[in-house]
Amino acid sequence: MTSLEFGVTLTVLGMGSTLFILFLISLVIDLLNKVIKPQEDKKGK
Amino acid sequence: MTLLSGFQSLQWAHGVMILVGCGLLYLGIRKKMEPLLLVPIGFGAILVNIPGAGLMEKDGILRFFYDFGVLTEIFPCLIFIGIGAMTDFGPLLANPSTFLLGAAGQFGIFLTLALALALGFPQLDAVSIGIIGACDGPTAIYVTSKYAPHLLGAVSVAAYSYMSLVPVIQPPIMKLLTTDKERNTIMPSMVGSVSKTTKLLFPLVITVIGGLIAPKGLPLLGTIMLGNLMRESGVVSRLTNASQNEIANVVTLFLGLSIGATMAGEAFLKPQTLIILCLGLLAICLDTVCGVCFGKLMRVMSGGKVNPLIGAAGISAFPMSARVVQKEGQKYNKKSYLLMHAMGANAGGQVGSVIAAAVMLSVLAGMGIIK
Repeated sequence: MTSLEFGVTLTVLGMGSTLFILFLISLVIDLLNKVIKPQEDKKGK
Repeated sequence: MTLLSGFQSLQWAHGVMILVGCGLLYLGIRKKMEPLLLVPIGFGAILVNIPGAGLMEKDGILRFFYDFGVLTEIFPCLIFIGIGAMTDFGPLLANPSTFLLGAAGQFGIFLTLALALALGFPQLDAVSIGIIGACDGPTAIYVTSKYAPHLLGAVSVAAYSYMSLVPVIQPPIMKLLTTDKERNTIMPSMVGSVSKTTKLLFPLVITVIGGLIAPKGLPLLGTIMLGNLMRESGVVSRLTNASQNEIANVVTLFLGLSIGATMAGEAFLKPQTLIILCLGLLAICLDTVCGVCFGKLMRVMSGGKVNPLIGAAGISAFPMSARVVQKEGQKYNKKSYLLMHAMGANAGGQVGSVIAAAVMLSVLAGMGIIK
């Protein structure tokens, strides 16, 4: 693999995957925020 | 060996590096630039450049610290437990879309990596140079010590120096890339809090999702999230306090000394060190550019509700970058309070830098370049 191929692969995959993983995590957290409200915590206590 | 043998063995490179060590001490002590790291690094650089002492030779005390903590990657991981224990991810969890700014703030890593390759650096050296853009000392040290240990001194000094220069580096870029109207945007105050359960589940979600997709970075992800889980659980305050204070302090001391110990004159004084320092600066500039541009994109998608300045906080220099955004926002509009939004983006940058490193290592493993 040439340096050019290596650089392009790592740059595209790296930026894309980082964005994808954080997008996925943000969706999960958003879902958690909708499902678990702070008030429900208090009720649980 | 005579009492003068040290002087007789002293070469110009040793003298220059002793001056460099003094310069780092000056920056740490007088200018208060990352003193916790620059003071031990500077002193370590002086120690290792005194000929005849052999502190980095086999059985030398600095060699012991280096082999024990840096080569094994134990020091960065222990620091990460402390960082996780210190960080409140609440503002990030309250506004999960700021995770994306934390991703954009890492793009400089990959762009700089490509540039380093174009300049002729070997593949793994380029990876270690790019990681300066994570703006995250332990991540940079973890990756560099593993794949390009000969660059550890230059990469660490660049990472910590530029992190402390964030208030100087970011504002001109933020101004250059935004219009008056964008900078004056007042973002609504963050309403609503995050449930305790969500805060508890967050480290587990990150560990499982991040670990499954990019398992090579799990030592980094796992340790920072362990620290955060301990903090949020509230039931292991002794461990949390020890991670935040005693463990983090002791490890910082030995980590700094070990990094300084890699700055022997003959290894450090090369043209490539200067190029690495320049590329490191560029990496942090590119992070800021990408973060602000992504902020502009979010502004468009939100119908003008987002102030793109908060994108600059998508880097991992926590909480310094968020403070810079707040200060700049106030400079343009006294009624603008961006701090909590910027803290969210900044915490996203912390997670983002670790994820970016994890992704990079996993892609390298997938390409068969590392094991």
